[in-house]
Amino acid sequence: MEKEYFSKHDPAILSVLRRSTVGIAGAGGLGSNAAISLARSGIGRLIIADFDVVEPSNLNRQQYFIEQVGRPKVEALHENLKRINPFVEYEVHHKRIHAGNVAALFSAADVLIEAMDEAEMKRMLIETWISLFPKKPVIAASGLAGVGLTGKIHVKQSGSLYVCGDEETELRPGISPMAPRVGIVANMQANLALELLIDGEAAGG
Amino acid sequence: MDKMITVNTQPVPWEENMTIERILKVMHYTFRMLVVKVDGRLIKKNEYAATVVPQGAVVEVIHLISGG
Repeated sequence: MEKEYFSKHDPAILSVLRRSTVGIAGAGGLGSNAAISLARSGIGRLIIADFDVVEPSNLNRQQYFIEQVGRPKVEALHENLKRINPFVEYEVHHKRIHAGNVAALFSAADVLIEAMDEAEMKRMLIETWISLFPKKPVIAASGLAGVGLTGKIHVKQSGSLYVCGDEETELRPGISPMAPRVGIVANMQANLALELLIDGEAAGG
Repeated sequence: MDKMITVNTQPVPWEENMTIERILKVMHYTFRMLVVKVDGRLIKKNEYAATVVPQGAVVEVIHLISGG
């Protein structure tokens, strides 16, 4: 079944992806969506950390099911990922991410996806990651709330830091994160991770 | 030609002892959460007031917005 699962993949590309590890910091709208795309793509190993539990208000954009409400997100996501692609190694941590445990959680990752909610946490993660691993890419997201404005979403690169989003849409009353735009940005992050791994910018294996 | 720096691809007049804090003010960047790089080097928030930017520097300011 594993062979058939990946039968549409280019063998050379698949072998790079199978040797690769992607870290995902956060399992909300960004993290759950990016994880599913990366799992389907055949990344060898995914490391996912999040402290939160699934709430009903998450279901408008996050990849969870009604019956998973109340459970730790990483546990529920792990279950969903195994149902989607059991041929990936999953390492999940039900932990709050802070500057002191980024290395312990994610040092094995070839590339890190920043999938946190609060801007302060995003900055903490980016600054910590760049200080620890200046050569390993970090793919962040900024500006993804609301609807429409698809053409404003872009990728900005600054050295090993990549930012996906419109860099301007703030959360405020009436502008909340919605499934399509969050999904677009999460998939841009996943897409970029694949590109960096395949192009050798992020060393797989 | 005046002495310049580049901030997010925009040319900006350079000043003697110009700090990151001063640049953010000149640029009217009032965003709460930023990532700042000078010539590719990450400058942490607690260094904004003390970091002096040289003439010709390329400054990148990335705006981080909550949501995920």
